[in-house]
Amino acid sequence: MIEVSELTKRYGDRTAVEGISFRAARGQIVGFLGPNGAGKTTTMRILTGFLPPSSGTASVAGFDVVTQADEVRRRIGYLPENPPLYPEMTVSAYLAFVARLKGVARGELRGACERALERTGLADVRGRLLRHLSKGYRQRVGLAQAIVHDPEVLILDEPTIGLDPRQIIEIRALVRELRGDRTVILSTHILPEVAQTCDKVVIINEGRIVCEDDLAHLTATAPLEEIFMRLLAADAREREAGLTRSAAAEVDAPGAGGGL
Amino acid sequence: MRNVLAIAGRELRSIFTSPVAYVVLTGFLLLGGWFFFNLVARFNMLVQMYSSFQGAGDTAERLNLNDFVVAPLLHNLAVVLLIVVPMITMRSFAEEKRLGTYELLLTSPVGTGQIVLGKLLATGAFVGLMVAGSGIFGVILAIWGNPEIQVLVSGYVGLLLVGLTFVAIGLFASSLTENQIIAAVVGLVMTLLLFVIAWPADTAGDILGPVLRHLAVTEHFDTMVRGIVSTSTLVYFGTMVAGWAFLTQRSVESIRWR
Repeated sequence: MIEVSELTKRYGDRTAVEGISFRAARGQIVGFLGPNGAGKTTTMRILTGFLPPSSGTASVAGFDVVTQADEVRRRIGYLPENPPLYPEMTVSAYLAFVARLKGVARGELRGACERALERTGLADVRGRLLRHLSKGYRQRVGLAQAIVHDPEVLILDEPTIGLDPRQIIEIRALVRELRGDRTVILSTHILPEVAQTCDKVVIINEGRIVCEDDLAHLTATAPLEEIFMRLLAADAREREAGLTRSAAAEVDAPGAGGGL
Repeated sequence: MRNVLAIAGRELRSIFTSPVAYVVLTGFLLLGGWFFFNLVARFNMLVQMYSSFQGAGDTAERLNLNDFVVAPLLHNLAVVLLIVVPMITMRSFAEEKRLGTYELLLTSPVGTGQIVLGKLLATGAFVGLMVAGSGIFGVILAIWGNPEIQVLVSGYVGLLLVGLTFVAIGLFASSLTENQIIAAVVGLVMTLLLFVIAWPADTAGDILGPVLRHLAVTEHFDTMVRGIVSTSTLVYFGTMVAGWAFLTQRSVESIRWR
């Protein structure tokens, strides 16, 4: 359903993600796990067609995110880290606007909005202004706008960040419920979230994939926390080794020149 | 077209739910009323003064509403538009970037051209409403005075075209930044520059002079206020609006190749 291959994104001379590859099958919930600043948001922005990759390819539902961006956008529901809400709109007017943007046919507009309101438990607040909603409700509206056009792929960037424990449980339950035969990619740095909701784990650290595996397989021997810390430590060691090697090469070069 | 209307509709709704629209509309009409009152009062005084001189009857006849009231009124209104239009357009893109809704727009199956066109339509409609509101002064003159109606209408159409040009420039300024103040200032500087660009025309030589004069929005506006609707003027305004809208589209699109 989603295939990412050798994807690299640079901002100026800073590399946000470097040659990452992973895949997600239909109906899977993939946990995209990594410390803050690891490149999760960048990867998601590339998958949704918001940013172009510097090199490499990514495809969603068989469509390339660069050359067939509009086809991809039609099939993706995206909840950015901050739900993209217009404070002066009511919940139902906002959903109707998003549904029109996403290309829901005129006749199905009302039905699509009703379904999204119902599934996210927003039916009671449909007439409220978005600016008056609590953080938990805003997050739900964010989810509602992501599913209003019934997309095949859901991309959720840290959907539970900043919520209280009860809201977190609600949102997680909602994500599991929304799955159906959709593919869901959800980024987080909260480990239990992955253990509770996901089928598959992709761990990213400093722009590189350090692990891609089924959750059941990965956690067969040790708890996820332990594996996560072990992988990050191993990755850090590897980088350090790489750094010392190149530093040594740099020191060598002028030395050799001076000898001549 | 459906996408364009969806975006235009939301934009209009957001213009009218913010108090800015009402403040701008009120301020514009209040200033317009002040200009109108003073111009009419002065005109009245001039007519009385000339007709009290014997033998100056001819001069009194030559005083007319178009030259002494309508033309200065429209020029003053254009200056007010110059100041307030950047304040209306400043939020259009800058606000979306701040709210994060920019990400929603750009991850929807909507072309960047459609986004720009939608915003241009909505903001243009609001400026159209401002110009239409100031039409009350023209109506008052037409009922109680005897202005040349064609000249009057041509002048108001000119004012609308000037407003649309400023809107297109303001949208471009807003697309450059996520800071509304910067968007407003950049928009104001650019529109003002376009307003005064012909100032050095007389001393700029045979080639540059006419070029500067043709670039200036004031020159084209002035011909329309005098009742002359020429192809060159219409082409000028058409090019301005389309050109700035195109640059705005490139600026929005640029996130995809940076």
